[in-house]
Amino acid sequence: MSESTEPRVRQHPTGGERAAVQPLLELRDLDTDIALRRGTVHALDGVSLQVMPGETLGVVGESGSGKTMTALSIMGLLPQGGRVTGGQILFEGRDLRSLAPDEVRRIRGVRMGMVFQDPLTSLNPTMRIGYQVAEPLRVHEGAGKAEARERAIEILRRVGMPRPDRIVDNYPHELSGGMRQRVAIAMALVCSPRLLIADEPTTALDVTTQRQILELIDDLREEFGMAVILVTHDLGVIAGRADRVAVMYAGRVVETAATGELFRSPRHRYTEALMEALPESAVREAGEHARLYSIPGLPPDLSRPLTGCRFAPRCRHVTDECRSTDVGLSGGEHQFACLHPVSGTPAGPVTVPTPVLVEPVPAEPAPVRVDPAAAPVLSVRNLVKNYAAHGRGLLRRTAGQVSAVADVSFEVAPGETFGLVGESGCGKSTVGRLAVGLERPSAGQILLDGTDLAGLAGRERRRMHRQVQLMFQDSYAAMNPRMRVDAILAEPLEIQKVGDGAARRARIADLLDQVGLSRRVLERYPHEFSGGQLQRIGLARSLALQPRLIVGDEPVSALDVSIQAQVLNLMRDLQRELGLAYVFISHDLSVVDYMADRIGVMYLGKLVEVGPAREVVRAARHPYTQALIDAVPSVTPNATAARDGVTIRGELPSALNPPTGCRFRTRCPLAQEICETEPPLAGDRHQVACHFPLRPESVPAPAGTGAAA
Amino acid sequence: MTTLSEAARPGAAPEPADATEAPVRGLWRQGLVVFCENRLALVGLGLFILLAGLCFLGPVFYHTDQVHTDLTAVHLAPGEQGHPLGTDGVGYDQLGRLMLGGQTSIIVGLAAGILATAVGTIWGAVAGFVGGWADAAMMRVVDAMMSIPSLFLFMLLAAIVTPSVPMLIVIIGAFAWLGPARLVRGEALTLRSREYVQAMRGMGGTGGRAVRRHIVPNAIGTVIVNATFQVADAILYVAYLSFLGLGVPPPAANWGGMLSDGLADTYSGHWWLLYPPGIAIILIVLAFNFIGDGLRDAFEVRLRRR
Repeated sequence: MSESTEPRVRQHPTGGERAAVQPLLELRDLDTDIALRRGTVHALDGVSLQVMPGETLGVVGESGSGKTMTALSIMGLLPQGGRVTGGQILFEGRDLRSLAPDEVRRIRGVRMGMVFQDPLTSLNPTMRIGYQVAEPLRVHEGAGKAEARERAIEILRRVGMPRPDRIVDNYPHELSGGMRQRVAIAMALVCSPRLLIADEPTTALDVTTQRQILELIDDLREEFGMAVILVTHDLGVIAGRADRVAVMYAGRVVETAATGELFRSPRHRYTEALMEALPESAVREAGEHARLYSIPGLPPDLSRPLTGCRFAPRCRHVTDECRSTDVGLSGGEHQFACLHPVSGTPAGPVTVPTPVLVEPVPAEPAPVRVDPAAAPVLSVRNLVKNYAAHGRGLLRRTAGQVSAVADVSFEVAPGETFGLVGESGCGKSTVGRLAVGLERPSAGQILLDGTDLAGLAGRERRRMHRQVQLMFQDSYAAMNPRMRVDAILAEPLEIQKVGDGAARRARIADLLDQVGLSRRVLERYPHEFSGGQLQRIGLARSLALQPRLIVGDEPVSALDVSIQAQVLNLMRDLQRELGLAYVFISHDLSVVDYMADRIGVMYLGKLVEVGPAREVVRAARHPYTQALIDAVPSVTPNATAARDGVTIRGELPSALNPPTGCRFRTRCPLAQEICETEPPLAGDRHQVACHFPLRPESVPAPAGTGAAA
Repeated sequence: MTTLSEAARPGAAPEPADATEAPVRGLWRQGLVVFCENRLALVGLGLFILLAGLCFLGPVFYHTDQVHTDLTAVHLAPGEQGHPLGTDGVGYDQLGRLMLGGQTSIIVGLAAGILATAVGTIWGAVAGFVGGWADAAMMRVVDAMMSIPSLFLFMLLAAIVTPSVPMLIVIIGAFAWLGPARLVRGEALTLRSREYVQAMRGMGGTGGRAVRRHIVPNAIGTVIVNATFQVADAILYVAYLSFLGLGVPPPAANWGGMLSDGLADTYSGHWWLLYPPGIAIILIVLAFNFIGDGLRDAFEVRLRRR
């Protein structure tokens, strides 16, 4: 491992030095079982890990891989029915499993700290911030009231809380998500632990906040000289922050290496597949509109006995040997458990087509070119949506208006994908709900095929719903749990009175073929399916009425990377086959970058930038867009370090009284007096609403990279 | 491994391993399985069948005179003169009386519980669906009625009307519907905003369809579970009322009234007048509560994600 390619210079032992230093934490062959009603799940099976003092270990894996169970086993916080059944947890050389319970409790309470995913549920809503932060001090150090408060203020200051002496007396609900996560971190750090375990610490946060929190954890690690275990599903988060990475799959560590090494040349076939499934790598390596590699199938059921490599059923390079032989981790610095590893030299895109991969796809470079001259499917004009905010008290007088969408205009051409990005609360979902007619706009027009939605009623309005359908983030919540799949898929046809029973059944069969599900699913209920399958069923239902436009509200945000790739590919294929247009709403820029032809960026109800996807992402003109792009963690390990663009601080202002003029000016590094007047959305193809655009609009290439470029 | 064959089939889309392997079972069947796994629920069901059988079928095999008093055979101890549970203060056979009283208790309990659930469900559902002004008015009626002490209301009503079985049903039902009304209103409010209702509206569906296809089927579990608890409560109410002397007049009987009569004999050592009706009340109320708990599990588990 060469230090030079590491993005950050660390002051902790690496390479040969490591052997001399005792690990802070070492897991040896840890087994954890969880007893459930339907049997015992072997959540961890022989997990071995080392964490050196002062280093950050990233633990990455998809849901069900055991990454969270590893963290919970260390902290002794396993859920009901969970038990560590074998192996050792050595902390500073002592096995936590054989020490006296009191001693273990002290070690876990004082020497370790844990930060959970959701800062809202990990804080007690009825306790003041200061009391919660200082609770470990009172329990473990017997600190007095005044001292506890004093130290709570001190630690809150160190995690970057503004006005910590005031915040200590607040309750959790008075703080934003990012601030709550800072409180949770302060709580974990108040006893100055040697090890901080952060379990998906930023998954519930927006990217700009995520960046702030990750930087904070990094800074604190150096300041406190502690080690960090960063558990996450997001390869990008790991790439920028961790010194070493352990990749987990189905309850086992399958690969562990120094971060740079792992991302440059992954050896295990699962790690390799996982990276290829990222939209980011598809865009980077094969250019726009490349097909994502999707890992077929689902992770194994851990309640059954498994033999051989657990990834074998989904692996492209599987041989009979893989299915029968249990492979242990290889030795050395870069360990992996694979019989047919990727060769040691950095590999290019894998070009081994196996039967598993063959899907009936037409030759790739045949995307539906969007004709910019065609009449738009969807045309949104000066759209405004305000919600009345009610005051307190008996009469609940209207106290003001929440400006959710403010003067938004855009058009979507037939067959085009329009990406809508922004942080939570920016109004992107509201635009989607308005576009499908679930809510009525306060002002402005929504034209579907040139017809204004507002002017329709009764039968015409019902027929309009055939043109546009909504796809939900959580398809499970969007399906009646008491209806079978056949009834769920038939419902749109029944509502729109399309065909008779036989025709509907035939149509449903077609739909299942289109989304790649077998007929057998028809007799099942939604709770019997996994997330990816539910999303396919949801897509099938959206397609039932043969709409021209599908509005996807975060359609893949709840899915694992490998499953996400399956759904994105499917959406692409269907677009090509059926000439669909999509409005693709997401907070995830890399997904939108991969999917969209054009992108609109929203901030606090305003559309601040609209343009061709490539240009918006590669040459952003609005400072907010740039900040958003810079905040997205990338799997290219030194990409984060190379960027020195716009960094925004602080929190999203309230939409109840949004800033006058440019709404971004309160957080904008470039803001000046003129920004108090509202900038119009100006430009030709690549429009921006900013007085000080970062760069001029690029001149369209003569080859005519029209709206679809 | 089945997952393997699924994934390796050329051209096959990624298939559910778990979902297609398990035999297809309807939701009701799955619920039944879970209900049967719950020992207490089965015990409850068994108890109910046993007690109902005793009360309604018992008199067919065990004939007693529950109309004419027999002052020559008062306070006989169990076993004396062919009375397995002895006789009471006016010479009625205690076992026969227990059966007769049980009929009243069970009929009134079931009928009042169902009546209360039906009225409450309709009231709450309308308030929840219509919302706004109607909701506010309807729920204030519920609040107002809840603030009147039930005992006071019972005594007042019992003083005005002559207690009879139908009258008891109406009185208890008229009071007990408030709980279900609140419950169902809350349920309707949450169901109305569920994403699958929104999805249906996005397809162009109307409010009527939302109620018929989505809200009622999803609320029905809560309603049924609540109904079993309502029945248990109603049986207790009958007992309270009769205990206070507001029950059906003799020669009709019910367990609460028998308990009340038996209490007068506590110090005479006539335990057979006190324990049998008391234990019967406890058992039947327990039975309904166990059944309700089992049903709740059964309804919930059907929806639980893996």
